[in-house]
Amino acid sequence: MSPPPVPPLVLISGPEEVLAERARASVVAELRHAAPDLEVIRVEGNTYAAGELVLHTSPSLFGGDKVLVIEGFEEATDALQDDLLSYLAAPEDDVTLVVSHRSGQRGKKVLDTLKKQSARVIDCPAIKSDREKSDFATHEFRRQGRKATPEAVRALVEAVGKDVRELASACGQLVADTDGVIDEVLVEKYHGGKVEASGFRVADAAVAGQTSEALRLLRHAIATGVDPVPIVAVLASQLRQLVKVGSAGRGSSAQLAKELGMAPWQVDKARRVVGGWDAPGLGRAIQAVAAADFEVKGGGRDPVYAVERAVLAITAARHGGAR
Amino acid sequence: MTVWDDVVGQPEAVAALTRAVTVPEAMTHAWLFTGPPGSGRSVAARAFAAALQCPDGGCGTCRECRTALDGTHADVTVVATEGLSIKVAEMRALVQEAALKPSVGRWRVIIVEDADRLTAYSDAPANALLKALEEPTPRTVWILCAPSLEDVIITIRSRSRHVRLRTPPAEDVAALLVRRDGIAPAMAMYAARAAQSHVGLARRLARDEGARIRRRDVIAMPGRIRTIGDAIGAAADLASIADEESTAATTERDAAERTRLMEILGADPSARTQPPHIRSQLGALEKEQKTRATRFGRDVVDRALVDLLSVHRDALALHFGAPVALVNQDSIDVVRQLANGQSPERLLHAMDAIGEARERINANVPPLLALEAMTVTLHQGA
Repeated sequence: MSPPPVPPLVLISGPEEVLAERARASVVAELRHAAPDLEVIRVEGNTYAAGELVLHTSPSLFGGDKVLVIEGFEEATDALQDDLLSYLAAPEDDVTLVVSHRSGQRGKKVLDTLKKQSARVIDCPAIKSDREKSDFATHEFRRQGRKATPEAVRALVEAVGKDVRELASACGQLVADTDGVIDEVLVEKYHGGKVEASGFRVADAAVAGQTSEALRLLRHAIATGVDPVPIVAVLASQLRQLVKVGSAGRGSSAQLAKELGMAPWQVDKARRVVGGWDAPGLGRAIQAVAAADFEVKGGGRDPVYAVERAVLAITAARHGGAR
Repeated sequence: MTVWDDVVGQPEAVAALTRAVTVPEAMTHAWLFTGPPGSGRSVAARAFAAALQCPDGGCGTCRECRTALDGTHADVTVVATEGLSIKVAEMRALVQEAALKPSVGRWRVIIVEDADRLTAYSDAPANALLKALEEPTPRTVWILCAPSLEDVIITIRSRSRHVRLRTPPAEDVAALLVRRDGIAPAMAMYAARAAQSHVGLARRLARDEGARIRRRDVIAMPGRIRTIGDAIGAAADLASIADEESTAATTERDAAERTRLMEILGADPSARTQPPHIRSQLGALEKEQKTRATRFGRDVVDRALVDLLSVHRDALALHFGAPVALVNQDSIDVVRQLANGQSPERLLHAMDAIGEARERINANVPPLLALEAMTVTLHQGA
């Protein structure tokens, strides 16, 4: 069974650029399969000048099919919208129109008209949470006829999950280079030791008292371009939450969350960690972070060293280290 | 009556300035007024400007004097910033203006109230000024005001004549409040003392009940911190007071400025989205308003910290039985409680911590974090 032919109108809608790019490529490939001498014309929404559309869509003396790909329609000029509307009122026969729209309300009238004229709508939802990224990676492998263990997918997302494009190409590389089921060992071989560390993970490890883990994550974070300033800010806010939760007493986490202006899961997390802390230790940790913040903002010579020392001071304070 | 009436407790400075007005040889083209905040630098600068413009050398009643003191005299330009710094573009415009002849008065006077803020990212704004100081235009006078000599770059320092203002005695400040603002003598004395002779602050304290209550709250703070939770809470309170005051003071004004700008640009206020050129103007305005709010919030926190410092200083004075007037004479109980509860060493530690917090906030550390570190020190020592 062959897929239905591409209709003359296609709408690619959604913010995920990787998916949108793929959709554009596959539509063009499909059309080219049917008509090898297809002419592909690309138009950018924000630099469109009035009249271009007519120029591109009017039939050529030599005939032949055309596909007009409009990118970035969410920033479309008014001229493009007007021209598109008049084109949609009288579409040309051998022209396929592909419109990419990331998000927002701009050009809504055109989008509605497209839908009304039964355009093929391809959704490209944003891939943000780790779960969505795992689903995406799993799908990637399946699409290319390969199987991957859940552990492998998790490790892969952890290593290169910051950018969907990077994740996609990492999947592609694994598929191309290896055979059989993709497992954790394999992912480790290619991406081992690389961890996408954020300030939050550093702070989590630090307040949990895991000195070496916290330092390792900190180095990773700095190496992958996280600025010391937000790391210090996260350290401060985590310690602040510990103090708040620690001195708030009992009560359900939902209730406490409301009182303290935190999210329930933050309360739960702080509760799990706060057991290892005493008041003087927390005090020392906060003082260390404040000193680090000053040094990071020009008070000291080496911002990275300042953060590192703050992390060490925090883990030492947790163990009730000497003053 | 003379223009010098409101310049309190500065006899030496006034003598030097009057001489400059009357004796041509004693006059020069650039003056640098330094003195602690609230000592009346800008008041002195305006008074000097008035005296220069006045045909009688500062009678305080003629048109020239009055307009110069108000800052509306055609030949007296007053530059002050409510942001964090004075920008180089502003300074360049001013230098051009300085090259013009006076239009109605005897001198063209340019007063830069915050010469210490001539430091956006670099010394560029200060350097822009340098040329004007180096090759003075006849009959143009620059009056720069800064907290101390160290706050202006050395090249400006060496090209201007220095007038040092001292902290006026509390009695003089109180007398000024009574005479100028019609405040009851007892209240004026309390305010002058509590504001540590800062004229503007004293006036605010004397007239604003809310400010007095806030001050009392702040100085009672060390006694309220019993656990580390209290310490964090107290810091959050201080920071949120600053936020509230800042929003309260700026919201209305921000909205008014926005409306005014829209009118000037001929924009339609009811439009859902503005055209790009108007959006960029509005964006610039919002940015400016934001730095103003930041500065305002920081100033509020800084004032609170100075108040806090004053109780510790008083407690220390009690400890050693030093024969000095207490700043918080009216809240003697708070001071006594603090003195009894803390050893002199702890008090000094606490004062260090407060000073450190002020320094950190100045260096862009989030006020909340700096305050937390401070209250933790107040709670459990360094």
